[in-house]
Amino acid sequence: MLDRKMLRDLRRLWSQVLAIALVMASGIAVFVMALTTMRNLEETRDAYYERYRFPDVFAHVKRAPESLVARLAAIPGVNAVAPRVVVDVNLDVPGMSEPASARLVSLPRRGAPLLNDLFLQVGRLPAPRAPDEMVAAAAFAEAHALQTGDAIGAIINGRKRTLTMVGIAQSPEFLYTIPPGTLMPDNRHFGILWLGHDALASAYDLSGAFNDVSLSVQRGVPVDDVIAAVDRLLAPYGGIGAYARKYQTSDFFLSGEIDELKLMARSIPAIFLAVAAFLLNIVVSRLIATEREQVGLLKAVGYGSTAVGLHYLKLVFVVVLVATVVGSAVGTYLAGVMTNIYGEFFDFPLLLKQVHGAVLSLAITVGVVAGLVGGVTAVWRAVQLPPAEAMRSPAPTAYYKGWFDFLGIARLLRAPGRMVIRHLTRWPFRSALTSLGIAMAVALLVSALHWLDSIEMLIEVQFERQARQDITLTFVEPLSASAMTDVAALPGVLAVEPYRAVPTMLRAGHRSRREAIIGLRAVNDLSRVLDTNLRPIVLPKQGLVLSSTLAEALAVSAGDIVSVEVLEARRTRADVRVAEVIESYVGAPAYMEIATLNALLREGPQISGANLIVDGFKIDALYDRIKTTPMIAGTALLSEAVRPLRETLAETITIMVTFYVGFASVIAFGVVYNSARISLSERARVGCDAGVGFLAR
Amino acid sequence: MADLDMGVATPTGTLPTFRTRNLTKVYRTGDVEVHALRGVDLDIGESEIVALLGPSGSGKSSLLNIIGGLDTPSDGEVFFRDLNLTTLSAAGLTRYRRDNVGFVFQFYNLIPSLTARENVELVTELAKNPMRPEEALDLVDLSNRLDHFPAQLSGGEQQRVAIARAVAKRPKVLLCDEPTGALDSETGVLVLEVIERVNRELGTTCALITHNASIAAMGDRIVRFFDGQIASDVRNASRRPPREIEW
Repeated sequence: MLDRKMLRDLRRLWSQVLAIALVMASGIAVFVMALTTMRNLEETRDAYYERYRFPDVFAHVKRAPESLVARLAAIPGVNAVAPRVVVDVNLDVPGMSEPASARLVSLPRRGAPLLNDLFLQVGRLPAPRAPDEMVAAAAFAEAHALQTGDAIGAIINGRKRTLTMVGIAQSPEFLYTIPPGTLMPDNRHFGILWLGHDALASAYDLSGAFNDVSLSVQRGVPVDDVIAAVDRLLAPYGGIGAYARKYQTSDFFLSGEIDELKLMARSIPAIFLAVAAFLLNIVVSRLIATEREQVGLLKAVGYGSTAVGLHYLKLVFVVVLVATVVGSAVGTYLAGVMTNIYGEFFDFPLLLKQVHGAVLSLAITVGVVAGLVGGVTAVWRAVQLPPAEAMRSPAPTAYYKGWFDFLGIARLLRAPGRMVIRHLTRWPFRSALTSLGIAMAVALLVSALHWLDSIEMLIEVQFERQARQDITLTFVEPLSASAMTDVAALPGVLAVEPYRAVPTMLRAGHRSRREAIIGLRAVNDLSRVLDTNLRPIVLPKQGLVLSSTLAEALAVSAGDIVSVEVLEARRTRADVRVAEVIESYVGAPAYMEIATLNALLREGPQISGANLIVDGFKIDALYDRIKTTPMIAGTALLSEAVRPLRETLAETITIMVTFYVGFASVIAFGVVYNSARISLSERARVGCDAGVGFLAR
Repeated sequence: MADLDMGVATPTGTLPTFRTRNLTKVYRTGDVEVHALRGVDLDIGESEIVALLGPSGSGKSSLLNIIGGLDTPSDGEVFFRDLNLTTLSAAGLTRYRRDNVGFVFQFYNLIPSLTARENVELVTELAKNPMRPEEALDLVDLSNRLDHFPAQLSGGEQQRVAIARAVAKRPKVLLCDEPTGALDSETGVLVLEVIERVNRELGTTCALITHNASIAAMGDRIVRFFDGQIASDVRNASRRPPREIEW
């Protein structure tokens, strides 16, 4: 019979119960969505990595003989060694005036790659004796609508060659590709092309040699030991330091996304569940307060405390039940949508989408715990109510004069205003929590909408204040500073600034970070270094300038010493003082004055590339020259970089903002609606207010 | 509701249903101590109707709460037959109430979300040897209102449902706290007739609190309270049928 009472209570309170259930369901939906998407991504990644043999260790080298492969394979713990040739080149894509660049990756002479195997979507691999056949990465092929048989021009070691696409493929190491010098994938201007080994090796004088190697390591063997051994073997051949998976670009971004989902699963649902628990608490408390005499009656006729407590807890469990069912269903659906977005973003050739039992049972547990936290204290009060209460009608709520009376504020207000203030101060905790609940909704709304602004801010800072060049050229290898003259002489070039980029390992105490140091002139007009107030700085003659992200990662500040190990050429080491910590919204860069950096490298004045301002009217002529200049390995068109950045971000962020605005509305509605209903029921004497002459204005 | 006006019997058992000795109840609110009962000794016999009379705050409700197992005394002892209620735990008191006591309150205390029949079922579900809810409601002449919710019933009808609920489990005692307090006299008479009939036909011991001396005349005994003590305890030679009572 108590169950029938509960069902009728539910029918009476359905709107309030539904409002709470929706808040809780939102929390559970975000939880399920984030965790399921994370699991899907992890499983997809792991399956893909395993099936296509993603390596554990990566290394680049200037030129190492093939005989070294056997010695690399002999390193204890190494499973497989895959040497290859990897070079960056400029492309001449038919119908596109601006140059695109590509990373050319060699395939083994026979059979599939030992590591980083290709998932061939269309066509076939290049024939052994066909040096001009290539396989293109799916994203690049899609961006240019390439069909098998289509041709693309490539400047391979100074000679223009025409490559014919014979297949479209994807590989685990290029799930996420960003062109050098930009922030986001730009599949139109940067792509991966696979060629036969001999075709590439002979063009770059690497016959019988390799300049890139990846290794897989047996389970349980410390990767760091293998890396140290690889470094020792490659050092004489211009090795620039092997690195583990976590530093591999594609994996770094993918893992970053997965970590973000983990964070999301942890933080956002907590807000919803806390609000839901609070709402449950006030609604159930209120229900029990209005049913005080009924509770007394139930006890008087012989219902025990447990039976009465369970009766009210069942109401809580109905909320939890509705919330977990709705939340899990919506969360699972959203996880499917999110997984598809990620699948497209990372270009997975396969996508594992599943309903994870463990995630759902965790969601149920979380819901039940939130329900209990919210419900138990309220129900406990019902259990504690002495049965003799049934005999008496409740005493009026005890109100006292408070600070607003003593401060004289009360005298300024009329009776209805006093009622409101006394009501608020009578339950200060509840009033505060109600405000907090609405504040959470507003916080969610602000932080969601804030993203849109911060993206615009990021673009403005990055492209209008910091990287103001039109084009960044990257040379195949460092050139003497005199190359600046040649660059300045290119058609349409209005301004040139050189830069030097050196791969280094930075260490401070037990912390370390692999990061390139960028050498710039002390004062720059194009690629500027901004301080924490976003004002351009003059690079100091001595010392290192670190972005705040990097300084944090190394736990250093201005004045501290960082040990720098250069990962190329002479592999010099030096302790350098941190001169300044600056702001950077993108990446975690480190800067030095270019002459100081060259001195550190014990090299003469050398540059790795140049930043240009160009004349828009002469741009085609410039593009033509760039396409045919062999020393230019890469061209980043910054004006072109903004568009894909905006597009990619707009797509993901619009979806996220929509989610968040929806969820914030649910919280705000749940809190406001329940507070209003509670206040109304507590002041059921509104009729009396009206009776004594207050109009319902 | 027939056969009510059948004259008055005065059943008196040999073993008292209730026996209180030096029963004391002190309420503390903040620094204030209120002595609700000051050493009350009272026996209530089997199948008696005892009217408890007295002004507000004289201790009659406190006594009813304690013998009904809703509250515990500050001092003294209370026995239900040979069961010492003062030694019982909260769970023991719950069991005692469930098995032995029917309550009728001034404000009926029906569950508004349950129909008349369901309000009675609330009790019959727990009881060992209950009447059928329909039977109990027939006893109070409400067979035609079984599926009405409290809001659809008049005050007198609600109170009769409350009495049906109280008697449906065939309790040994029926404790009524001002059962007619919220009713007009005509409706009140109907309610008192039901109580009298239950006592007569089922032999249920009744304790009835009232402010009203004329209502007290339907009891076998009239116990007057004043300031937490028994002022007088008078045996009523001839119980007055409720129909003859007017107030």
